[in-house]
Amino acid sequence: MQIQIEKTRARQRARHHDFLHTILIIAAFAVPVIAALSLYALYNGSLDSIQAFGFGFLTGTAWVPNPPNGGPPILGALPAIYGSVVTTLISLIFAVPISLGIALFQSELAPGRLRLPSIFLVELLAAVPSVVYGLWGILFLVPFMSAYIDPGLIGSLSFIPLFEGETNGLGMFTAGVILAIMIIPYGAAVMREVIAAVPRSQREACVALGGTQLETIRMAVIPYASTGIIAAIVLAMGRAIGETMAVTMVIGNVARISPSLFLPSETIPSVIANEFTEVAGNNIYLAALFELGLILFAIAFLMNLIGRVLISKLTFHGGASAHV
Amino acid sequence: MFSSMRMRRFSNRLFIVLATLAFLLALIPLGSILYQTIAEGYTVLNRGFLTEITPPIGGSGGGILNAIEGSVVMVGIASLIGVPIGLFAGAYLSEYPGRIANNLRLVAEVLTGVPSIVTGIVVYVVVVATLHRFSALAGGIALSFMMIPIVAISTHESLKLVPSSIKEGGLALGISRSKTLVYILVSSAKSGIITGIALSVARIMGETAPLLFTALGNQWLMTSIFDPAASMTVLIYEFGTSPYPSAHAFAWGAALILLMLVLGLNVVVRIASRLKPTVPI
Repeated sequence: MQIQIEKTRARQRARHHDFLHTILIIAAFAVPVIAALSLYALYNGSLDSIQAFGFGFLTGTAWVPNPPNGGPPILGALPAIYGSVVTTLISLIFAVPISLGIALFQSELAPGRLRLPSIFLVELLAAVPSVVYGLWGILFLVPFMSAYIDPGLIGSLSFIPLFEGETNGLGMFTAGVILAIMIIPYGAAVMREVIAAVPRSQREACVALGGTQLETIRMAVIPYASTGIIAAIVLAMGRAIGETMAVTMVIGNVARISPSLFLPSETIPSVIANEFTEVAGNNIYLAALFELGLILFAIAFLMNLIGRVLISKLTFHGGASAHV
Repeated sequence: MFSSMRMRRFSNRLFIVLATLAFLLALIPLGSILYQTIAEGYTVLNRGFLTEITPPIGGSGGGILNAIEGSVVMVGIASLIGVPIGLFAGAYLSEYPGRIANNLRLVAEVLTGVPSIVTGIVVYVVVVATLHRFSALAGGIALSFMMIPIVAISTHESLKLVPSSIKEGGLALGISRSKTLVYILVSSAKSGIITGIALSVARIMGETAPLLFTALGNQWLMTSIFDPAASMTVLIYEFGTSPYPSAHAFAWGAALILLMLVLGLNVVVRIASRLKPTVPI
């Protein structure tokens, strides 16, 4: 009874707000308003395309906005979806082990004086704007890949369809590599925070049993942090799928589904970035680009939601939680 | 576990080497980007580069004054909208802890992961299609949409670090909640909040995708915020993807200026906060 009264009073006190606190409440609701506005604008803009193509939009392989015979546009998103999936997978193959290595280096191995500077340098990598990655990508990385890396892969692995054909450096492989570079700092930072939240007692127990650093990490740290590491991968994946400028600049921008990683291709965001200003009154074409945006929004929203919920569930013994 | 001591020591060393290599590997692209941008960008820098407007793609001479103007104006508009709203929203999260705040924080976190090109489309519908024109205002609003959740989260994180005893001390002295918030909480968390705002400014300064269909681009200086606006980032994109070597050099020059601003702000802010890591956003 007493507790109930106390709680009610506390609640009343908490609800009491003056002018400033009223403003805080209004400002806070700007956040869900932006989310709702985005969903509304994207859905509303997509209606024409949803009506015209239905679910076939997701499986259609042709992308002909202005058919030569003057007929209605034929638009299918599969080439863009395929490009997004493949480039994201390539980026994860490189980024996951390297991010984990960086996170472990920074949280478990780096000597005290090097720890903060090493984190600072990786944060700088994250601060480089996407379009600068793109410029470096198209003017330095593309020629570099086409001269040194791609021919080597084609020469030694061309029995796998992924690595067959010719290369000029533009395409899904280079896009995947640049994506990996871009998501590594973010993945490493989330993993580092998750690993830092593993209680010290876990490590001490393993060290006390005579474990080496590697054994401590393998048996005490990683099992404890595994959910968080998976969350970090999901979040990094969300970033990779939505990354626009750098990919648009190096992927070549051709609607095509081919096994070869070295042919010009496209991703969902690269199609939007490339074609949005070319619509010129073609309403179904515009709606189809909106629908691509809606698909991208849905995927990124879901990935981030899953990642964030996984991380928020991580509360360790003693109340420590990941500072993410 | 039961393998020989030598084997265990060897695999431990191997692990240390690999993890260190992973870190060093990440520095290669950072070094390469900095080197290329400085080496290539340096060649086009002269006084006119900062004081003249852009030449047509492939043309010679000229500078990036209109792009700098557009970037500064749009980042300014975004900050005017985004800083107060983000700041207040972050203060809300710390003043009203509970289920609603947790969910709002989750939505803010998810919004930081929404691709910036999507924000561009949304603002195209909401602002550009409504006003029937591409404008610096639309570009600034798009950037503010990206800024609000970032500032809200970083402000919330900074306020969370203030010990609750300090806040309770203020309230126990009979100071009103608003004054406690402003004079005690915010003033104790000041440096963290400013760090967060400065980093969010650096972040949106480098954004391209939200500007493509909102600000569009402008070969001239703009006369009002209702004009289409050039920006350093869109200029780098357009010149960098054109086939002309002279345009490439121009893009490198603009990238050098942009990197100096963005990385410079990052370095200053992070050194001022003694390299304390920030929440990954």
